[in-house]
Amino acid sequence: MTALLPAWWSRVLAAALVVFGVLLPFGFGTASGFMNATIIALAFAVMSLGLNIVVGVAGLLDLGYVAFYAIGAYAVGWFGSEFFSRVNVHVLVSPVVSELPGIHLSFLLILVAAAAICAAAGVVIGLPTLRLRGDYIAIVTLAFGEIIGVVAVNGQSISLGGGMTLTAGNLGISAVDEPYIPGIGSFGLLDLRPWYWLIFAILLVALFVNLRIRDSRLGRAWVALREDEVAAVSMGIPLVRTKLLAYAMGAAFGGMSGAFLGTYYTEVNAGQFQFGFSIFILAMVIIGGLGSIWGAVTGGLLLGYINNWLIPDVLNNLPSAFGFSFQLTQVEFGIFGFLLVITMVLRPQGLLPERRRRQELTAAIPAEDSQLSTGPEDAA
Amino acid sequence: MVNTTTITPEPPAELPGLPGRLGDLGARTRVLAGLLAKVRGAGGLVLIAALAALPLYYGITDLVNGYQAGVVAGRPVIHHDLSKLGFNFAEGLSDGAIWALIAIGYTLVYGIIELINFAHGDVFMIGSFTAVGLWGPLGLGLSTSALGVAGGLFVTLLVTMAVTGSLNAGIERVAYRPLRNAPKLAPLITAVGFSFILQNVGLLWRGGSPQSVADLIGAQHKVFTIGGVPILRGYLLAFAVMVPLVIALTWFIGSTRAGKAMRATAQDPEAARLMGINVDSTVSLTFALGGALAGAGGLVYAVYETNVWYFQGFQAGLMAFTAAVMGGIGNVRGAVLGGLIIGVIQSLSDSRIGPEWTEAVVFGYLIAIMVLRPKGLLGEQTREAG
Repeated sequence: MTALLPAWWSRVLAAALVVFGVLLPFGFGTASGFMNATIIALAFAVMSLGLNIVVGVAGLLDLGYVAFYAIGAYAVGWFGSEFFSRVNVHVLVSPVVSELPGIHLSFLLILVAAAAICAAAGVVIGLPTLRLRGDYIAIVTLAFGEIIGVVAVNGQSISLGGGMTLTAGNLGISAVDEPYIPGIGSFGLLDLRPWYWLIFAILLVALFVNLRIRDSRLGRAWVALREDEVAAVSMGIPLVRTKLLAYAMGAAFGGMSGAFLGTYYTEVNAGQFQFGFSIFILAMVIIGGLGSIWGAVTGGLLLGYINNWLIPDVLNNLPSAFGFSFQLTQVEFGIFGFLLVITMVLRPQGLLPERRRRQELTAAIPAEDSQLSTGPEDAA
Repeated sequence: MVNTTTITPEPPAELPGLPGRLGDLGARTRVLAGLLAKVRGAGGLVLIAALAALPLYYGITDLVNGYQAGVVAGRPVIHHDLSKLGFNFAEGLSDGAIWALIAIGYTLVYGIIELINFAHGDVFMIGSFTAVGLWGPLGLGLSTSALGVAGGLFVTLLVTMAVTGSLNAGIERVAYRPLRNAPKLAPLITAVGFSFILQNVGLLWRGGSPQSVADLIGAQHKVFTIGGVPILRGYLLAFAVMVPLVIALTWFIGSTRAGKAMRATAQDPEAARLMGINVDSTVSLTFALGGALAGAGGLVYAVYETNVWYFQGFQAGLMAFTAAVMGGIGNVRGAVLGGLIIGVIQSLSDSRIGPEWTEAVVFGYLIAIMVLRPKGLLGEQTREAG
């Protein structure tokens, strides 16, 4: 791409995209279904960027990414609602909220807390997988994701003392505080534009961090570990630290996006945190192109729109038009599964593949005798 | 990939380019990794102790504190014996027989192409659905005579095994074979994709909630009692299906030409191809065998649990996969042993801790196996293990 166009072109393109992104909400109704889908799709794109670090860049197949969505969302439930009603903590919240019992932190603080807790959880989940082969990593992360899901559902029976429990299970922690900006006011659900700009800003931060890390020493170390662990370690890359940093970074973005979604849905319900969600995010990364940052964003937006707009709003009654008695939303995971299979078989590099991986997949280097230099006649 | 454990334990002290805080993190993680390595040195013993902990603990509490065996005339009857534990074991072992049938499919496939076939649990679910779907056309119902039920179930078993065997081989043909030379992640992802596709097929076939099916054999009827533990018909059925199939499979792999081809392909596909073995059809055969066993498990599940659900395959698949890993992946005996152990853990957890926690308990054990003894109880038999 950069080879075809002058160097300044990508900067202009990026600036144009940012301006387009900022102005986009003015083209749609303040509370339209499309705005709603866009906000959720952007949040998915942030998660997709996070998972891309773990699976795409560092090559550690994580099938339990929903754990970080859950932890991020519970950070909101714990620190931004009346859930812990015996404790009274208020930091930088709106005057209305500061009258309420419970822990109430400013949304930005919750965002930071969610990222930090998730990063720590990522390290904890990563530790047992350090010495394992690829498929086994998938299984351990899956097991952790499921355990966190089970704890979320059954958290009602885990007492923290004083009548408070760890989670509210399938009842959900509801009436989560809306983000509040001092001097401007709280976000409301009638005008979705502030939500949009908030998640757009989070996405820009995530993109910036991802792009900077990709070209850093750490990013190159991740790729080296993915390509050949033994060679990378013998070149002096610290395996434990590098892998754990991948888990922590990936988890932090999942937590930020989870905290946003928890606030946006105004409820933290344990029923959301299913294995299928991990696969959904994984599908974004794979369809976009493993290891590719722009691919992850594209995959996230694409599947976000398919999931929240195309299937429920546009095509939901398609099967009944053909005489079937089901709705498309019932089989959405089947559709994503189908997309996964099709992508893998027909275009394994994804929509916007990373350069290095595309070479690996399409122009597999033949390890044959003809490549070995046998003598001077080879040069001819 | 070569076994990296011998190379990785001591990363170099400090990367010059990274700030000091990250360096500290590295030092701490090295200590943790060292601890992990020490625990793993005694991993097998620790794992066996962890496995024995649950039954030992509940056995001792039953004997010492007693348990409520029932209520007579408004007063609880407290027993101080091991029959409740025995009941947990009987139930767990027969559940485990079903997990074992599924686990063998995981282990065979992993042994031969090193793929975790995520869709396998859903093939088991399709097996249950096929079996239940066959009862109607065969005229099997609650009023069928005992001989009719036995004959009908036998026919159902054969047809179901044929269906799921072909289904599994078909999935391999469509979704895994084109990716034989792609990075290992690729077929794993198509496997997950197929798992979701099959689940949705099941969802459209029989709806979104568990459906109860005719209790053909009276699965909860007591046949006899050993030491205060009632042995139910369902238990006997599970073993009557599992044991002959496992014996037949062991014979097939060990003594036939095709079985020899399977073993050769598992050891070294390239060399096997050079020796004139058709690797593709051997892999297909392996998938067909695994699928057929999962189908048999599906039939047993439907008859024994008397309900079927499109989501049953997901949980069963994870249980069975844990079993395969616990026994040692690639190892058929290990899969059977692992299945039985997981069944008992599940039954203990269902009855003592609470069924809502069972999944977490089983996965906790899975993580423990991974940390303590990744090669499983009986040792893995894969190319990477040598």
